[in-house]
Amino acid sequence: MITRVVTVQNPEGLHMRPADKLVRAATNFQCQIELERAGQIADCRSMIGLLTLGAPQGTELTLRAQGPDAPMAIEAIARLFDSQFDDP
Amino acid sequence: MLELQGIAVSPGVAIGKAIVFDREGYSIARCLVSKSEAQREWQRLGEAVSKAHQVLGARGKETTDSWGANLGGIFSAQQQLLLDPHVRSEMEHLIRDNLYAAEYAVSEVFAKYAAAFRKASSSFLAERAADVRDVERTLLEALTGKPTQTFAEIPPGSIVVSHDLTPGETASFDTEKVLALCTEAGGPGGHTAIVARGMEIPAVVGVGNFLHNIRSGDELIIDGHLGRIFVSPDAPTRDRYLKRRIARESIVSELSELKDLPAVTSDGVHVELMANVEFPNETQACLARGADGVGLYRTEFLYLGHDKEPTEEDHFLAYQQVLRDMQGRPVVIRTLDLGADKMGMTRPVEPENNPFLGLRSIRLSLRNPALFRVQVRAILRAASAGNCRVMFPMVTTLDEFRSAKFLLRSVADDLTCEGIRIPSTLRVGMMVEVPAAVLMLDRFIEEIDFVSIGTNDLTQYTLAVDRSNDSVADLYQACDPAVLRLIKRTQEITSEHGKSTSVCGEMSNNPAHALLLVGMGIRSLSLAPSTIPVIKKAIRSVTLGQCEAMAWRALRLGTAREVEAFLMNQLAGLVPEIVLQA
Repeated sequence: MITRVVTVQNPEGLHMRPADKLVRAATNFQCQIELERAGQIADCRSMIGLLTLGAPQGTELTLRAQGPDAPMAIEAIARLFDSQFDDP
Repeated sequence: MLELQGIAVSPGVAIGKAIVFDREGYSIARCLVSKSEAQREWQRLGEAVSKAHQVLGARGKETTDSWGANLGGIFSAQQQLLLDPHVRSEMEHLIRDNLYAAEYAVSEVFAKYAAAFRKASSSFLAERAADVRDVERTLLEALTGKPTQTFAEIPPGSIVVSHDLTPGETASFDTEKVLALCTEAGGPGGHTAIVARGMEIPAVVGVGNFLHNIRSGDELIIDGHLGRIFVSPDAPTRDRYLKRRIARESIVSELSELKDLPAVTSDGVHVELMANVEFPNETQACLARGADGVGLYRTEFLYLGHDKEPTEEDHFLAYQQVLRDMQGRPVVIRTLDLGADKMGMTRPVEPENNPFLGLRSIRLSLRNPALFRVQVRAILRAASAGNCRVMFPMVTTLDEFRSAKFLLRSVADDLTCEGIRIPSTLRVGMMVEVPAAVLMLDRFIEEIDFVSIGTNDLTQYTLAVDRSNDSVADLYQACDPAVLRLIKRTQEITSEHGKSTSVCGEMSNNPAHALLLVGMGIRSLSLAPSTIPVIKKAIRSVTLGQCEAMAWRALRLGTAREVEAFLMNQLAGLVPEIVLQA
């Protein structure tokens, strides 16, 4: 299990399009990826789950991944947060 | 008769039959299946999911083509909702273990999430409820093979009434049949407003709860100028609006014959009639009305109603489309005029005590060079697709104009290094909206290529009146002599230097005001595409001398009321047939 704290930096928060990008990124990996906000846990492959976190700008989330490609997954997902979900 | 007040977001008057789309108005039979049928139901659902996925993809593409990638992206996100593994496993559980029919399972699961979103404290989640319902509806349509709602079967002459409209619903409207839109929710920057303006049909939004007072088939009048709605209007109200509509229709058919004729006075003075547009798809309306070009392309739409900063590519594609569509006619792209009343979703500034005097428009752009550069890059990249001009809004000081132009030059240099050709003829101008800019225009004039007067803000800043404030809105008069003097001075300074002045505020849409402006020496007006024909008619009905006499007299009057009365009187004498319009 790898864990990292990420921050929602983009002004609109974890909204439709950012969540769309997270799901797309997560589906590229084998491992389990989840995001936690104050006890509430969302599967990174679930649009509904991510939206339900209701994370506005500035929210800190705990990113966790477990599985063979977890290190790469953590990097990729954290990068999305850091780039404010910008297009690659 | 029931009279309601909402927010007018798209002008015009419509009289028609209500067709009410209640958000929860359709019900799915709560069917159960036998254990042996469950597997078949699950397969049926699987097929429907892939079909719905395709439908959303096609809708996304269609929407991207008509409204830009920003709106189209909504459907990509909706596809993710459709494929959500949790949604899927819950539906599977309901079908396999509880023996629900596929439709029943779909509506249970999606309704649960939509309700949870709606109840959420965060407003952005609440808005997502519409997307969840949209996906649900698409999936149910794929399952049943027929629309759950009959947007496709709207009878001609309908006024669509709903709590709110989802992007999917509005994308499927038949514009031949829908006369107007009216919703309980929504605001000026919302999706319904955007679509209605694009379709050129009247719309009133933000009416509040009223669906319980109205049934499909009720007669309805929508006044998209005043934001009024009349349910089952009484005879006098109906007659009043019918007369207005008949007068409008007869003049519209007469005016459409003028489409290919130039706007020249009867003694041969040409006035350029350009169009104000906001959305790329409005170019069709411009061409249909015979516009000489786009005199004001407002670019804020890329920011409003979207939850994501537009990318350079979003900007570029929109500008390129407008430039191409206009086929070499001039297109004046105004850089971002965000702030104050038109703040985008991302609210880049702290709340201000006095937003109209705050960080808005060119000030906001200059303060956020990263954001500004993205737009300028996109404009310059698109410039070679047509006859492109760039205009900076709300310039107050010469420093501001220089800073903006400096940024534009540096972006142009970067692009040249990247091998992108920028037309050498690209003209750069400014909007005159602040009295300070008029007072200093003789100093600006050497450095600018053209001027466009934005009469809405110029009136507000000259008269110190916030027109959205009901208590003082009556003081807001574009015809106030003080405003007229500023316009006159602007015109004099630019013409002395052989440069052009256009007027692009709402003033240009009023025939009496337009003739006054022509009399004051203005030879270019930019107006809503829909008013081009009537202004052309007015100009073709008069001589320059008559306009000049009007202007001479109007400029000597002391109050806005006198000017207005005088102008209406003149118009009634000169072009009586269009006075009916007002």
